[in-house]
Amino acid sequence: MKRPRTMRALALTTAATLAVAASGCGGDGGGGGSAAPGVTATTVTIGSHQPLTGPAAPGYSANSAASKAFFDYVNANGGVHGRKIVYKYVDDAYNPTQTVSVTQKLVLQDKVFAIFNGLGTPTHSKVVDYLNAQRVPDLFVASGCGCWDQPGKHPQTFGWQVDYIREGKILGDHVKKAYAGRKVAYFFQNDDFGQDGVKGLDKYIPKDQVVSRQSYQPGSTDIGAQAQAIAQSKADVVVLFSIPTYTALFRLAALKLNYKPTFVVSNVGSDPITLTGLLESFAKKGGSEVEGSPLIQGMVTDGYLAAPGDASNSWTALFKKIHAQYIPKLPFNGNIVYGMSVAYTFAQALQAAGKNPTRKGVVEALEKSRFTGPGVVPFAYGADSHAGYTGAVIGTVKGQNVVPQGQPLTTDDGDGPIQPYTTPQPQAPANGIPAAG
Amino acid sequence: MTAFARRVQQRSTLARHASGAVLALAALYVLTTAAGPYRDLQIAQAAYLTCAVAGLTVLTGLGGQISLGHGAFMAVGAYTAALVIGHWGWPLAAVLPAAAGATALAGAVVGAVAARLHGPYLAGATLAFAVGLPGLANYKPLTGVLGGQNGLTIVPPVPPAALGETFPLERWQAWICCLGAVATLFLLANLTRGRFGRTLRASRDDEIAAALSGVRVARLRIAATVVSAACAGLAGGLLALVATLAAPGAFPLTLSLQLIAAIVIGGLGSLAGAMWGALILVYVPTWAADLSSSSGLSHNIASNLPLAVYGLVLIAVTLAFPRGVQGGLRDIGGAVRRRARGRRDRAPGSRGPAPSDTSGPTTTHAGGADEATPDDAGARPDDRGDAGGRGERLRR
Repeated sequence: MKRPRTMRALALTTAATLAVAASGCGGDGGGGGSAAPGVTATTVTIGSHQPLTGPAAPGYSANSAASKAFFDYVNANGGVHGRKIVYKYVDDAYNPTQTVSVTQKLVLQDKVFAIFNGLGTPTHSKVVDYLNAQRVPDLFVASGCGCWDQPGKHPQTFGWQVDYIREGKILGDHVKKAYAGRKVAYFFQNDDFGQDGVKGLDKYIPKDQVVSRQSYQPGSTDIGAQAQAIAQSKADVVVLFSIPTYTALFRLAALKLNYKPTFVVSNVGSDPITLTGLLESFAKKGGSEVEGSPLIQGMVTDGYLAAPGDASNSWTALFKKIHAQYIPKLPFNGNIVYGMSVAYTFAQALQAAGKNPTRKGVVEALEKSRFTGPGVVPFAYGADSHAGYTGAVIGTVKGQNVVPQGQPLTTDDGDGPIQPYTTPQPQAPANGIPAAG
Repeated sequence: MTAFARRVQQRSTLARHASGAVLALAALYVLTTAAGPYRDLQIAQAAYLTCAVAGLTVLTGLGGQISLGHGAFMAVGAYTAALVIGHWGWPLAAVLPAAAGATALAGAVVGAVAARLHGPYLAGATLAFAVGLPGLANYKPLTGVLGGQNGLTIVPPVPPAALGETFPLERWQAWICCLGAVATLFLLANLTRGRFGRTLRASRDDEIAAALSGVRVARLRIAATVVSAACAGLAGGLLALVATLAAPGAFPLTLSLQLIAAIVIGGLGSLAGAMWGALILVYVPTWAADLSSSSGLSHNIASNLPLAVYGLVLIAVTLAFPRGVQGGLRDIGGAVRRRARGRRDRAPGSRGPAPSDTSGPTTTHAGGADEATPDDAGARPDDRGDAGGRGERLRR
């Protein structure tokens, strides 16, 4: 009988493979010589946690690919101070526990210079303390939670996008003025993201006008009960603070109930191209055919970056060019603009940190910065504020684009007033690379 | 055997296990001190998984009761730890026993139900437990206490000042987990070596025979579930300290299934096998993730590849070592020893190949390889992977 011998051989090979596996993931050494972790004479290595799979992946998984494309473009054009940006982004599946373990790996094993654009409120909030304790710059968190703006407690952490309280205030102000006296319902993610948004909305929309407040937990895709409750409240306006997956699920549920309110959706959950795709694929899974685009026409939302559909905008033109060169297979939408814009800001920060960047240097440079870029409103960065963009412009979905309405508005995350911002958006640099300073 | 002789033997078992535990602690001390912070974290993960897998080994490997709900027991431990740290600021020495204790209570409740169920019914009940319990965190009236999907954040355990200012947190976490793992293995080894383990194996192999000889099977099974749950609870508490977080996302159904896979890969019924299983659980996915991220694949493929590789390793190991890694190692050790003995006796041919020719594992194997080593004392020659199957057959 030959089998036992083959089995033994197979056993030995497997054991050997396992031994290699166990030893193969070491390699703590390296790095040395340079002043800051992750910085060599020719490279700067940064890391990020991103939802490449899981409930937040539809839509958001394009962000990091777009950032990567922008860094590739910068690298191809000589990099920043002669250094190429190496961008490592890892999947955390929008699961906080995985966020913790992949971030520990990026910091301890890969020894990154900074964490860049870590995505998600529930996820990133679990690593903020850790990153600050390890003194790792935690730049441009991809979430509008107001919690990133605590320079005293979290000196390393900087927000980037407009925070959800500011956004809630601007949307709430719009709802109050445009739909005075109508019944309003909220549908929001039950964590800091949705709760902050509701905080902002409540500052403007009168309490007695809100007839229903329904929330969801990311992960469970059954939101039928919430949709039913809102439909039964007969609200004329539904404000959604939801990620794209849940915006689409709610829109389909409303369609099924033949409920036709006006939808007001926060920026993070309103990208028309992402929503169109999601609506069609969810409907298909449910066994019906719908056309996504007509379902989202007239949806009200807000934005703070160059609109992807605005061909006359110099930033859109730049990003389209990079998109066509590096990631032509992905649809050009709000997520692509987002990913490239935030990568632009990082390149700016690295420029500002000087020829020999250190972790401390980049934080100090940001606090002194007066960056302008693809945003229609200014950043709030300073020694006493680590919040990102300070406002947004209301827009409506027309076709596959969000068409801005009126002027950009700025405000603070407290009880300050909402003010129009009149400085026009600057032009994109000709070579697409941010200038020093 | 006289009572005296038995007592001496018990003593020596205890001494053997104690010296093994001390040796293991010394080895782990050297290992964690030499390793970098990331390696220390991985050691910590392997250590707390060892606790959970070892507990499951007692229940499934020795008791023949399947549990698909051990991830949920870990969740109970993790949330207990998070709550007592968050609300009362208990010291570590009290937090971990609390986690194990609370989970043991949960184990008693589940065990009381499970003791009356067999096979697929038991699998179904425990599966429901694994699916349902982490969902409690999202149950509206409880979200205030349990933090919903966001979970509860835990302050990481601060290394004592006596260890110096620069003592890395990761090494301290690894030490806590390793101590937990060694203590668990030590206690389980002693427990399974004694009357408890003997009656447990007896009731697994033939329930009716065991009951006829005076074993109270239902009570025994509840006890086994309690012991096993306490181990899982400790593992959950340690997990919460390492991840500094207790959130439902840490305890998906796949965790429970991975624990089952780990006891099968490691070697059903052997405590040393539990350690192998835990190591594979920690290292294979990280290794696969490194491999896939450096391979330049599109992220759709790259982010799913680790699971596929894990599956492949599972298949390869079960094919190559039908009785798990520990069983395989024992086979290899036995074969080497037999060959050496054969050469010494100059009597090749007649006796040598015979044991390996008998198809599959049987108890006629030469004894040498089955001598219990200090760390797998729970495993006796009758703890072969087929034992549960034989019991199953007899029961029908």
